[in-house]
Amino acid sequence: MRLVRAYGPAALVLVAVIAVWEAVVFIFSIEFYLLPAPHVIVRSLRENYPVLIEAARYTFAEAIIGYFAGCGGGILAAMVASRSPQFADLVLPYAVASASVPIVALAPLAIVWFGVAQGSKIAIVTLMTFFPTFISTLRGLLSAPPAALELMRSYAATDRQIFLKLTLPHSLPMMFTALRACTTLAMIGAVVSEFFGGPVKSLGVYIKSTASLFQTRQAWSAILVTCALGLLFYFAVALAERLALPGRAQRAEI
Amino acid sequence: MGTPAIEIVDVAKTFGDQTGATEALRGVSLSVDAGEFVSIIGPSGCGKSTLLRIVGDLVPPDSGVARVNGKSPRQARLDRDYGIVFQTPVLYDWRTVLENVQLPLELAGRSRQEREARPRALLRLVDLEAFARHFPWQLSGGMQQRVSIARALALEPSILLMDEPFGALDEMTRDRLNLELLRVWQESGATALFVTHSIAEAVFLSSRVVVMSPRPGTIDRVVDIDLPRPRTDRMRADPQFFDLVTTVREALRGDPAVAGGDDPGRSP
Repeated sequence: MRLVRAYGPAALVLVAVIAVWEAVVFIFSIEFYLLPAPHVIVRSLRENYPVLIEAARYTFAEAIIGYFAGCGGGILAAMVASRSPQFADLVLPYAVASASVPIVALAPLAIVWFGVAQGSKIAIVTLMTFFPTFISTLRGLLSAPPAALELMRSYAATDRQIFLKLTLPHSLPMMFTALRACTTLAMIGAVVSEFFGGPVKSLGVYIKSTASLFQTRQAWSAILVTCALGLLFYFAVALAERLALPGRAQRAEI
Repeated sequence: MGTPAIEIVDVAKTFGDQTGATEALRGVSLSVDAGEFVSIIGPSGCGKSTLLRIVGDLVPPDSGVARVNGKSPRQARLDRDYGIVFQTPVLYDWRTVLENVQLPLELAGRSRQEREARPRALLRLVDLEAFARHFPWQLSGGMQQRVSIARALALEPSILLMDEPFGALDEMTRDRLNLELLRVWQESGATALFVTHSIAEAVFLSSRVVVMSPRPGTIDRVVDIDLPRPRTDRMRADPQFFDLVTTVREALRGDPAVAGGDDPGRSP
């Protein structure tokens, strides 16, 4: 019952959008190559699912591996940097600048460096997810309230105790904000860098090649798969956050 | 007891920044015997918190000496002689109430058995046993400060340092917590140093009230409070209580920063 009340309205909106879409395509007799009706996309999904599953597996592997490498590296780098606030001040402006650079623009070069297969995509995803994670985690680690640190000091806590019992748990909400945002970045990084070249059985190449041949329904079905994977990825991390932060998740909405 | 629990001799402290230097303390000396409850009162900026923080080794003095249980404040801190209650409760909001009280015991590496039993007893003492599994943000301000008092007592400290712990609370809650604090303090047998800007609170709690004035922060006068213990709520209406409040107020020279707000004569 609570589930219905929480997600019911959103589900109704989805149904309404699909209905309107279907109706608009039908009423204005829009050609399917311009905008396929939902039922056409679903049919295409059913026809092509063996290819789509293979492509999804390929692309999602890039996103996941790059995500773990980038986020893991970002967290570790933030932990190292937080040990020296002076060093952190030195690198933070560059990290912020890097986070606003469109790293996807490097995708063609990544192919030169790491080959046309998964390596170049993983590299792009790693780079895209590294900086946001690094910045948020570092800010979280450095933002423990002075009074909370004084409490630790008054109990003669060791550096290790301060890290494990104060700065790290204090930084987790900010870290998870980045980890959630990076799920989206990882999917974008993987799919868009595939646009610059890759095997046929990958989501990016599939979308690009079918769209350029006006096989719009196939392109849409692959886009739908990409969206589903992105949502799944996001909610998996959001669930991990809930488990890692009991109590706090009750307060902050996803 | 030969050595006083807290001894401060000729302590000075100046804080400097771009806008200039502020002389927080000059030539301050004070001695507190073991088991005493001493309040420090004065207007904002008189250095009363700084004095407390020097005793607690949270800031070093520029000159002068502080000794705690015959040791340097630093050594006393490393020996975990202190329990500190700050102006804000400073509870970790990812820990439950019980886990917050357990924190000092974890840091001191106490046994699992002690980490379980003692916090529960302390929560019972501050009457919050029913809230052990709650998170701090589910509690009112007064309840949070009681948790922080329980936490301060976790390691059975010989020195209890309190920096305006009830400053943010309404007067009725504050009166109730004053009584509760006295009960808890008496049970602990600790020496208490208590910073406040409320005259009534200082008189009600203390065996002595140290009156300070600002710029530079100095001790003007020490008023002995010879009200009997245990203190009760009825004493607040006692003529002797009013006399002592007046004495402290006059010692503060009617400084506008403290004169208003907490006059016990005005409450019905």
